[in-house]
Amino acid sequence: MTEQHDDVLVATGITKSFAHVRALRGVDLTLRRGKVHALVGDNGAGKSTLIKILSGALQPDSGEILMEGEPVDIASPETAQHLGIETVYQDLAVAEALDLGENIFLGRELLRRGLLGHFGFVDRPAMRERGMEQMQRLGTKVPSPSLPLESMSGGQKQAVAVARAAMWGGRVLILDEPAAALGVRQTAQVLNLVRRSAEESNQAVVFISHNVPQILEIADDITVLHQGRVCLRCAKADASVDLLVRAMSGALDSPADREGTE
Amino acid sequence: MSSELAVAKPRHRKFADMLTGSTGNGLILTVLIAMILVFTITSPAHRFLSAGNFTSILADTSQILLLAAGETFIMIAGGIDLSCGAFVVFSSVICAKLVAGLSATPEQASNLEFPHLALGLAAGIVGGVAAGAAWGWLNGWITVRWQVPPFIVTLGTLGMSLGAAQIITGGLNVPGIPPAFQETLGIGKIFGIPWIAVVAAIIVGILWLLLAQTRFGMRTYAIGSNSEAARRAGVNVPRQTIQLYCLMGFLAGIVGVLDVARFNTASIAAHTTDNLQAIAAAAIGGVSLYGGKGRMSGTIIGAFIPAVLHNGFILLGFEPYWQEVAVGAVLIIAVYFDQVRRRSTGSRVQAPDDDAGAATPNGNEVTHGSHAT
Repeated sequence: MTEQHDDVLVATGITKSFAHVRALRGVDLTLRRGKVHALVGDNGAGKSTLIKILSGALQPDSGEILMEGEPVDIASPETAQHLGIETVYQDLAVAEALDLGENIFLGRELLRRGLLGHFGFVDRPAMRERGMEQMQRLGTKVPSPSLPLESMSGGQKQAVAVARAAMWGGRVLILDEPAAALGVRQTAQVLNLVRRSAEESNQAVVFISHNVPQILEIADDITVLHQGRVCLRCAKADASVDLLVRAMSGALDSPADREGTE
Repeated sequence: MSSELAVAKPRHRKFADMLTGSTGNGLILTVLIAMILVFTITSPAHRFLSAGNFTSILADTSQILLLAAGETFIMIAGGIDLSCGAFVVFSSVICAKLVAGLSATPEQASNLEFPHLALGLAAGIVGGVAAGAAWGWLNGWITVRWQVPPFIVTLGTLGMSLGAAQIITGGLNVPGIPPAFQETLGIGKIFGIPWIAVVAAIIVGILWLLLAQTRFGMRTYAIGSNSEAARRAGVNVPRQTIQLYCLMGFLAGIVGVLDVARFNTASIAAHTTDNLQAIAAAAIGGVSLYGGKGRMSGTIIGAFIPAVLHNGFILLGFEPYWQEVAVGAVLIIAVYFDQVRRRSTGSRVQAPDDDAGAATPNGNEVTHGSHAT
């Protein structure tokens, strides 16, 4: 009935200040359906602030956010979830005492049918099965689905966290440095998962990273922030290691090159 | 290749495994069985295993088991409750006062006439249990709203509830409880099993299912394991925390009511170490003080070990004080072995998964096949 917006989320003119610090000075960001968008910048560039605004943890001072053309007010993390925005944080992502299925369905547990379900009995086999299907769909490996996550590697735990978010994040999946604490091999696994999630689920994915080769490997669109402004926005085809590094270090931060402010 | 799915064969677990969780209580169960065997062989005329002795152990353990079951939930959720023994005393006072006051006038009671027996008992049971639950709710509410650590909150309410019980009774036992209460619930038996043990078994059985099989139980593990992750997943952590402490208080209330039935009075001076015994039972049974780990089956075994030691030592003619020495040692050793075991299984499971691709070079067909079944 409504037309499909390819631009799932469009943020324009976002500003945010903390006491004396102007963290965001009018930032624009467009997230496209089925595409991975890398948000890049040095420490203090405003990436985390922007992510927190999109996930409802912070409110912008000014600016507008449209989801599929409709203006939205992301007042809280719960609102974000209702709007179909799911966030994976660097840490605190999983409950290690629970198994794969339990983690993926935590807060949205599948109950048994009939009377037992009425009393809150959970259907662990179904949660495990659907959890494994989700991992399979995203092309990642886990050991037995009935093992608690504490017996898995860091990469597998993060993979479960990403799979969980990908399963429930209907429209937008936000990843805050999903591979920050991981080794090379595990990082590749998680990035592969992020890529597949965007393609398979047709979600808009935005992820924060410092790692330039990593960004060039999986991102479709790249936005570089420097001191609270967008200093570079480009497609992967137009990007290079050199360009990104120069943008991150502020070498492009002159009005002529800058986009994103009116 | 890296996108291939390598799945370990799903274990088709039996009903017993589903109840106990992913790992068993092998070690501590072995210890309990070994104790029972040793006491049976060494006790005069093998009296340890007699029906009468077994009944006595059941009755002794029932009350601590109920408290330990509540402590299991609290500790798995990452909390602790020091106040449960004091709540037992307070609840028993409320129960005894209501039963004595409502079932007869003091003159009637002294003639052992109780014209309103049913009313008195009903009010006493409901009032005693409600009093415990109310204290538990207060524990949870303060923990959640004021963010005071539960160790401190429950230490505070321990003193408050014990003091309040003394104020209500003036430090005296409560007279005028109808003997019928003791004769039925207190020391009565059904098929040779004490009613108290039957009540405890039914409640602990329900709690076992609640912990192992329901959404409430699953979220209890999640809160103790990573409360921030649980909150972000949409679990109402404050509400469930209050519910957990309320459950603990509810159980303390039941124990208080059972106590009135058992001893025909409110026991002002007893239960001073019930809180520690309950925590010890849970810890012996493998419940972690750090949250996220533990099973009801372990707590049940852990609750029986002190009673078995106590009973066995008496039969063997030791002074019963040795039981406390032995339980203390068992507690430390049980937790020590549990940690050692967890460390070793943790590293053993983790080793292959970092090299999952290499570890199953030709295993994909096999694992896919078994997964499909």
